[in-house]
Amino acid sequence: MAGKTLFDKIWEKHVVANVEGGPSVLYIDRHLIHEVTSPQAFGGLKARGIKVRRPDKTIATPDHNIPTMDQHLPIHDELSRFQVNKLKENCEENGVLMYGLNHPYNGIVHVIGPELGITQPGMTIVCGDSHTSTHGAFGSIAFGIGTSEVEMVLATQCLMQSRPKTMRINVEGALQKGVTSKDIVLYIISQISTGGGTGYFVEFAGSAIRSLSMEARMTICNMSIEMGARGGMIAPDEITFEYVKGREFAPKGEAWEKAVAEWRKLPSDADAKFDKELHFKAEDIEPMITYGTNPGMGIGISGKIPSLNEVEAASVNTFKKSLDYMGYQPGDAMVGKPVDYVFVGSCTNGRIEDLRAFAAFIKGKKKADNVTAWIVPGSKQVERQALAEGIKEILEAAGFELRQPGCSACLAMNDDKIPEGKYAVATSNRNFEGRQGPGARTMLASPLTAAAAAITGVISDPRTFLS
Amino acid sequence: MSIDKFVTLESSCVPLPIENVDTDQIIPARFLKATTREGFGDNLFCDWRYDKNGNPKPDFVLNNPVYSGQILVAGKNFGSGSSREHAAWAIHGYGFKAVVSSFFADIFKNNSLNNGILPVQVTDGFLAQVFDAINENPKVLVKVDLENQTISVPAKGISEKFDINPYKKKCLINGYDDIDYLISISENIKAWEAKAEK
Repeated sequence: MAGKTLFDKIWEKHVVANVEGGPSVLYIDRHLIHEVTSPQAFGGLKARGIKVRRPDKTIATPDHNIPTMDQHLPIHDELSRFQVNKLKENCEENGVLMYGLNHPYNGIVHVIGPELGITQPGMTIVCGDSHTSTHGAFGSIAFGIGTSEVEMVLATQCLMQSRPKTMRINVEGALQKGVTSKDIVLYIISQISTGGGTGYFVEFAGSAIRSLSMEARMTICNMSIEMGARGGMIAPDEITFEYVKGREFAPKGEAWEKAVAEWRKLPSDADAKFDKELHFKAEDIEPMITYGTNPGMGIGISGKIPSLNEVEAASVNTFKKSLDYMGYQPGDAMVGKPVDYVFVGSCTNGRIEDLRAFAAFIKGKKKADNVTAWIVPGSKQVERQALAEGIKEILEAAGFELRQPGCSACLAMNDDKIPEGKYAVATSNRNFEGRQGPGARTMLASPLTAAAAAITGVISDPRTFLS
Repeated sequence: MSIDKFVTLESSCVPLPIENVDTDQIIPARFLKATTREGFGDNLFCDWRYDKNGNPKPDFVLNNPVYSGQILVAGKNFGSGSSREHAAWAIHGYGFKAVVSSFFADIFKNNSLNNGILPVQVTDGFLAQVFDAINENPKVLVKVDLENQTISVPAKGISEKFDINPYKKKCLINGYDDIDYLISISENIKAWEAKAEK
């Protein structure tokens, strides 16, 4: 009998029942909720006359819709305020713990889960947000769900789910200087497209992945949804245990030793079979930048936008529509293209290591005058850490400002909108039309590439600044 | 609680021959501030459908009176990106009951099925034939038969089988809701928890 994958081991441990000819009933260990995708689910519970079944396994935070300035004041946008208040009301009625605005633990749901130790290896974790895949970095099955499914989990702590196929993506070797985990994941998506992982749960493996910090691993798993995958995961190891240890919700004392012993059994067996396996070399990866309107439309920063004859015939119209929106021509080089905005933040790259990398890069330099920059920490804890480490001063000395935590310009539900037609280099996860505001044009990149753009005012290769 | 039943559907179609239509296009994030499921149909494809002053853009298919119907036919990889179920609510609210494409994103597919919208996944070749048939005659009828899992264009004599999970098929045909089912097995869940939490 072939061995089991990391995915198989966790999945099989959580199956409550199998429906004949259909999906499995999967037990959910942690349910994270936020203000945008939960109100209709709570409404559904009310209509059924029931309450949250396991409030002790449910944690809430408002993040999508909150301002990143003046958080001590009432939210001025009426609809946003209503939605944030609704979350509070629903949580109070159901006994669900919520880290509200200004709470020291408030932040983007996928940033606070890991930093509070809510996210642990071997768990099943869901949230009404596609970037729930972030938590897979700890060796958990974590994925985004729709609001009907949020209601399902609130009502029963279970989810009807068809078992996805498994894929392993191996990245071997050492990264070049100036290349980050964001570049790894943008590179993979550019190679396999935004549908390349659809139907699969992906395990990222190989020496290049194992050498990454937890935060860098989270960046990769975060964007597994951008290749269409149901989720992404990385086998837990000493780096994982070291990160989780001592955090607020992490097991303590004897329970910790017991938990780690269990977690050590999770990695895929040597003879485990995956439905699909892909291999990439770390040294092939350059700092990446996107040029189009989906995350698969990315190239190495020294490269050129594909010319029309390099695009599949059936996709030419979609490709042209995308470049039209961006105001680019096929065959254009990306280096030297103008930049109006730089956004550093989001559940992809809004953690302390991202802010450190950005600050170290711009230290002693000046922000380009033509660039408006929004530096948004992923959580209150990240914000406090940035203050404690002097990152705020470094930013301010170079003409940047540290805002308050939230999802911000990643999806522009609050006031942080890139104006129509403007070009933004963003460390977030999506460059869809209008994602950062109606008519906004987004180029996805790492915090280092964002820093290089912020200093020069144009798309620039961060490696030219690194000694 | 129940969802809309789906058995068979024969309708003209609205063609959207664009690939990788993401859920941010289906319903932009700024419309996600609502706390109920109603009213999203008005903003379906908002930024493709209206200019910034709210006037309909004449070149967008939903504003073209030649095309109408309860079936949306779209390019491959439809519904990628954000998990927002609001996308399915917008499609449902506008009046579509089925979406035909050669590839769907996973979460969108689940969200559709949970709202009584049938995602019909066809081959690239069949999708091209459907687009051609609509080009030729915008009123051409497409027939979706869930019981037999077939999609056809009777006027062109073409038809294809499509896949659907047998459980989901039963739910759609009967209008069943997953949550009712899960609540009905709550004793099993309790027993499972007691064992797991020991």
